[in-house]
Amino acid sequence: MGRGNSGILVRDTGFRDDDWRGEFVQWSGEEDHSALPDLAALDVENTASAEDIVPLFERIALIRIAFPSHMDGRGFSLARHLRLLGYRGRLRAAGHILADQYTMARRSGFDEVEIDPDFAERQSEEQWLFRADWRTHDYQERLGRRQ
Amino acid sequence: MYRYDSFDREFVRSRVAQFRQQVERRIDGSLTEEEFKPLRLMNGLYLQLHAYMLRVAIPYGTLDSRQMRQLAHIAERWDKGYGHFTTRQNIQFNWPRLKDVPDILDALADVEMHAIQTSGNCVRNITADHFAGAAADEIADPRPTAELLRQWSTDHPEFAFLPRKFKIAVSGSPVDRAVTRAHDIGLRMIRNGVGETGYEVSIGGGLGRTPVIGSVVRDFLPVADLLPYVESILQVYNAIGRRDNIYKARIKITVREHGIDAFRERVEQRFRIQHKAFTSAHQALLKRISAMFAAPAFIEAPTGAFDAALARDPVFRSFVDTNLHPHRNPQYAIVTISLKAHGATPGDATAEQMRVIADLAERYGHDEIRISHEQNCILPHVHKRDVPAVHAALREADLATSNVGLASDIIACPGMDYCNLATARSIPIAQDIATRMKERGDERQVGDLKIKISGCINACGHHHVGHIGILGLDRAGVENYQITLGGDGTETAALGERVGPGFAADDVVPAVERLIDTYLVLRSDEDEAFLATYRRVGMQPFKAALYPDTVLAAGR
Repeated sequence: MGRGNSGILVRDTGFRDDDWRGEFVQWSGEEDHSALPDLAALDVENTASAEDIVPLFERIALIRIAFPSHMDGRGFSLARHLRLLGYRGRLRAAGHILADQYTMARRSGFDEVEIDPDFAERQSEEQWLFRADWRTHDYQERLGRRQ
Repeated sequence: MYRYDSFDREFVRSRVAQFRQQVERRIDGSLTEEEFKPLRLMNGLYLQLHAYMLRVAIPYGTLDSRQMRQLAHIAERWDKGYGHFTTRQNIQFNWPRLKDVPDILDALADVEMHAIQTSGNCVRNITADHFAGAAADEIADPRPTAELLRQWSTDHPEFAFLPRKFKIAVSGSPVDRAVTRAHDIGLRMIRNGVGETGYEVSIGGGLGRTPVIGSVVRDFLPVADLLPYVESILQVYNAIGRRDNIYKARIKITVREHGIDAFRERVEQRFRIQHKAFTSAHQALLKRISAMFAAPAFIEAPTGAFDAALARDPVFRSFVDTNLHPHRNPQYAIVTISLKAHGATPGDATAEQMRVIADLAERYGHDEIRISHEQNCILPHVHKRDVPAVHAALREADLATSNVGLASDIIACPGMDYCNLATARSIPIAQDIATRMKERGDERQVGDLKIKISGCINACGHHHVGHIGILGLDRAGVENYQITLGGDGTETAALGERVGPGFAADDVVPAVERLIDTYLVLRSDEDEAFLATYRRVGMQPFKAALYPDTVLAAGR
């Protein structure tokens, strides 16, 4: 089983409680996932291979990628790879992510960020909203990098 | 030159506003020091030995007089009246106060400059041939490519938190003046069999504690594929580059551990998806950028004044000999302004000198200035008739040192005088060698000789690619300098080989002199440069000169 869902979600409009009521299944990349419930949520480490998850795309509703440290940017590339391979479901970055990285998360294909309540106290909603407008000043958009 | 449009302007201003807020959040505790660190580094702000240091980007080494004057203004208003030009086409201010930094960044934004991504584990300032757009030997101007990469890498959502820093250099000439093979990605513009321009892409080059000459990952990349391909390289590196050990985190180690073929296969696999992830917008933009780098309106005029000065004035003759390079327009010359006056700090320029250079560029140089990785300034487009006037003005400003490419034109990192990573001083060693060369009075006879000095194993002074490389280490609290020979940063790139045990600080100058004297005896004629002689005769005679006692003892 993956972690629970007691975190605070950050979206473009600010903080909100997690609305995902289902369970998270930890993705290991190896085990047989034939027993996976339909429209499940998957917990994925940032070392996972996006290609391996492709066969499950139609059966999962949410992928949550772990950010163990704000210095570790692997999750951004993994999200981008999942999107380029055709994943259209909900994509969440969870862990140690700074408000300053919200734009990067959104531009990499994440829909939302999940942080701990303690962290949300230190980095207030106002600080996240300061960076919520992730569509402006985007060089990649200007260069034709598809979202 | 590239000119910001409203998009660039608003982007840079928004970054300053963000940084202002980040400084405030650090002060109010919203950000821990550990969290603030990558954010300040991404805006060029280091914590050095004595103070903060601000590293300002000079993208691909190109700037104009207005920008140079603003650098002078910043040096005077917020620093100690000088700046230090670095081996990565940046300028460093060594004494700014944290509270002034947002204002300095605003002052930079006023002239279309910034300090973005000059540090941190992200794609750094893109560097290029400092003679770009002017050199007679050029296939294509590398700067439009470099500017496209600047825009692509700026605030890239995936690559701001890589395993380690990432450096890209571009050369547009078969003569590699950008040290491309010592970069994480080196791009050399080439033409294929049917005359199309593209890039030879090498990866995994780098100096530092594990010096590596880059390997070719793609021998011909069409121009239109540049961004998707480079993005593929970075994606693979971001995913599999090591994060467990800072000394093994650069892409050169990733490539070595996986092998270039396996790495290439991963890149090509990503590229198959990646090239569909872009519209053609970047190619339209490249066209617009290229138009901005069109050559200036060159003047047609007689060059008699140049020839007359050459015949009349021996001082001018020596300046022309070393500090001028062939321009693509035969009536023009590329003029290098040496920031290596004998005994001065390599790469330092005072605010006053910056203004002199700005004035000369405006008056005689189509308003263009370049900064080289060799820490000199360049006026890339000077009509030959104006070179005597430029030379006279440089002499007045103490900027006419005629030593470009010679033994005293030394690259040196800031070393222990400024840097908290350094294990030894580099600047005083460079100063002593240059002063001694002046006393000897024979550096013109010695000819082409690149001496490069680093004050620690991180090799910011490029010692691995110096014909004579000097590395300062700490041996039980005492500075000790190792010497390498035969390094080369050009298209015939090679790493220098260590000769033997290191030398005490006071013994470095005599050691370098013994190497030079040995070369003078061994060279086949005056046209055989130090590196050529070394390649012909090998290390042994130089080793014997450096360690006469040891060699004698071994012979007994």
